[in-house]
Parts: sequence; C-alpha cells; structure tokens
Amino acid sequence: MSQQLTSTTEDRTPATCFEYQRAETWQDAVELLSLWEGEAKILAGGQSLVPMLNLRLAFPAALIDVNPVPTAEPYVEDGHLVLPALTRHAVLARSELVRRHAPLLSHAVQFVGNVRVRNRGTLGGSLSHADPTAELAAVVMAMNGTITVLGGNGTRTIPAADFFVTYLTTALAEDEVLTEVRLPCAGGSSWGFHEVVRRYSDFATVSVSVVAAEDLTGLRVVLGGVADRPVLVADALLDPVLQAPADAEAVRAAATGIAASVDPDSDLHGSADHKRHLVAVHTRRLLEQVLADAGRDA
Amino acid sequence: MIKTQLLLKVNGREHEVWVRNDRTLLDVLHDDLGMPDVRYGCNEGVCGTCTVLLDGSPVSACTVYAVQAEGHEVVTLRGWSDPTQEAHPLQKAFLERGASQCGFCTAGMLLTASHLAEERPDATRGEIRHELVGNLCRCTGYTSIVDAVEAYLQQREGQE
Repeated sequence: MSQQLTSTTEDRTPATCFEYQRAETWQDAVELLSLWEGEAKILAGGQSLVPMLNLRLAFPAALIDVNPVPTAEPYVEDGHLVLPALTRHAVLARSELVRRHAPLLSHAVQFVGNVRVRNRGTLGGSLSHADPTAELAAVVMAMNGTITVLGGNGTRTIPAADFFVTYLTTALAEDEVLTEVRLPCAGGSSWGFHEVVRRYSDFATVSVSVVAAEDLTGLRVVLGGVADRPVLVADALLDPVLQAPADAEAVRAAATGIAASVDPDSDLHGSADHKRHLVAVHTRRLLEQVLADAGRDA
Repeated sequence: MIKTQLLLKVNGREHEVWVRNDRTLLDVLHDDLGMPDVRYGCNEGVCGTCTVLLDGSPVSACTVYAVQAEGHEVVTLRGWSDPTQEAHPLQKAFLERGASQCGFCTAGMLLTASHLAEERPDATRGEIRHELVGNLCRCTGYTSIVDAVEAYLQQREGQE
C-alpha cells in the first residue's frame, strides 16, 4: 500500500511541471486557451497563481504568459477611464490620471498586498482571480465598471456586477481572457474605502467601498469578504439614506440593515456575527463621511 | 518541452542555465547559481527574504518563474552593494542602529528600502513602514530598521 502511494506521488510530480507558452497578442492567448481546452491558466502578474502552484493547490497543464502582450498606459475615452488588463497595481497607485478620474481606486490599491505584489500584480489578473476579499474587485464594482473580454467568438463587455460568479470563479468562458477595464470617470464623486485586516497587507476580513455622485445620485455600496464574491448593496437598503441624508439615525438604521442582509462565513478571520458587526460600523462611518462630502459639494 | 534553455542576466553577468518551467527565479538564483543573498522564506510572496530587483523594482523571486526573467535585468543584494567594496551608506545605517541581527531579512530590507529612497526621497516614517510591511523580521521589532531607513533618507537629503 505504501509502495503504491509512493508511486502515485512520483507519477504526479512531473504533472506539476507545466508547459510554458508566451502570448505576444491577446489573440495568441485566446488561441492557446482554446488549444488547451480548459487545462491552461493565464499567467499575468502571478502574485496569486504562482503561490497556488508553489503550494500545489493548482495543477494546470500549461501556463500562458501574457506579459509580452504590448500594453498601453491608462487613458481616458468617451468619459471612461480605460485600464488595460496588464496595468500593474504600482501603476494604478502612482498614475495622476487614475487619481483624477478614479480616486477610490487610487486610494484602495495601496492596500493590495505588499510593495512586491503591487510591482508585479495586474488589474486583469486580480479581477480574473476573483478572490471575494480583493480590494480591486470591490472597487471596480463600486465604480460601476465594465470588463472587456476577448474569446473565440470575439469581444464582449460584462458589467463588473455580473462578472464575479463565486469563489475564484468569473463569467470568463474557457477560451476568454480579460483585456480591459473601463470605469466611468468619477472625478467629482464622493467616496470612501475601509478595510479591516488582521495584519497590515493581509487579505481583508471585511471591506466596504462607498461611492456617490456629486448630487447624491448613484449611491453605491460594495462589501468585500462577506460572501463568495463582492456584494453590491441593494438600492432598497440605501433608499432611506437618500431620503434623509442628514438624519444620523436613518444612516445608522440603514447600516444596521445592510449588515443584517449579508450572511458571511465564520472562519479564522472572525465569526459571522463579528463580520456583520464590522460591516455595520464601517458602512455607517463611510456613509456619514460620503454623505457629508457630497452635501458640501452640492 | 518542460525544460528550457535560458540566458539570465544577473548582477550584470549573463548566465546560461537549463531550467524546468516550474523553477522559480528564487530556485535558480539560490540553488543553481549558488547565490546565498537570495533566501528561501515563505515561497508565497509574503515574507520578503527572496526580494530581488527585476528591471529596478523589488519583486519576490519566489513568485516569478525563471523562464519569465529572460530578457530582464535581475539585481540581487551583491549586485546592489559589492561585498568586496566599502559598505553602502544604507548598510552602514543598518549597522549603526542595530537594524540587522540574524541578518536573514536584511537583503530584502535593504533592496526594498533603497528602491523607496530612489522613488520617494522625502518618504515619511509612515511611508517607510508602509513600504517595508511586506518584509518580515523576527529579531529587531522593526523600530531600529525604520530608524535606519529614516536616518539614511535624512543623510541623503543633507547631501543634496
């Protein structure tokens, strides 16, 4: 029996070594993905994928390295900030254009991992990985972004709110790759982002992102770490706040209602009740801050 | 084809190596090229002991495959400060303040801090902490390290 186990392990060891292929264009990447029929993974920044392979949590037959694909700097087009998929977190953090048109993203990205993760990690990689605690997924959803993907059937765009399916699973088909993220320019918005972490630079236990347009329309609240994907808070739960933005009790009641609406897992980072408590406290604080900011501008 | 022949440029020298695709840059620098200044730690990009400069920016050598490093410049601690020459001023600041005890984290700390000094010479104490948060040290309690980096930044500013 032990002999058999040993030989099984040995048989599997070579399987952990993948084929390595470089894609020079997104079209290359799509063709390679379809050739591998779901057995290949896209390698972008590698800051989640490589640790998963190092820890033997994933066994792809091939890695398709998209780092050679030429990439543009972030730019503005038709009222949208366009972020190519290979934009590294460090670029998001230092870009003046991002600070001007997506201040929430510019702020939140500094809490992603550590400096080495931000130097390698990419926006497209983070979104495709779809960790439910990820800062960037929550922020792109809060900013009502759209995600452009390329596949065998051409290009399609997916609203961020529909992109995240469940833990580490997105709406990307087997032969599709994320090429671009578009965010409505939100220079005049009021916004806030809080995350609670056990250790600085760690995954968020809970995160809360809030964005409101200048005239308080389009108030959006996204919670991270409370479900199998980022959660966009339903408008019905935010209406009482929009009716009475200056009423502290209404804001408190809404935050409590939002916390009660989620059903997080209890895990090493905290119990479900503790996470709901964190959501209530941080949502209330951020709503107060954002509503005050928006009121001041109005 | 699971082994690839590579030309890796490390500390200004070219090395020809045959590597399996799943060998990380850390595996190749430490095991194949015998570089003790790049150290195994967590193997998941968290601890900072395998920090190297890739095209000038600090990265975890354990989260980059060696095959990806071809055509890029890799610099390790010894490439940044030649051990046969006088110590770098940042190394002296570490020595003066007891910022290096067992020394295991020091290579990563130095490379990360020197990159910060280039990018943001006026970094505050809080910014130094933010930048170094991904480099773990089990000896010093960090205060002496932040002190040393702060002193080095002030010293550089004084020279300008």
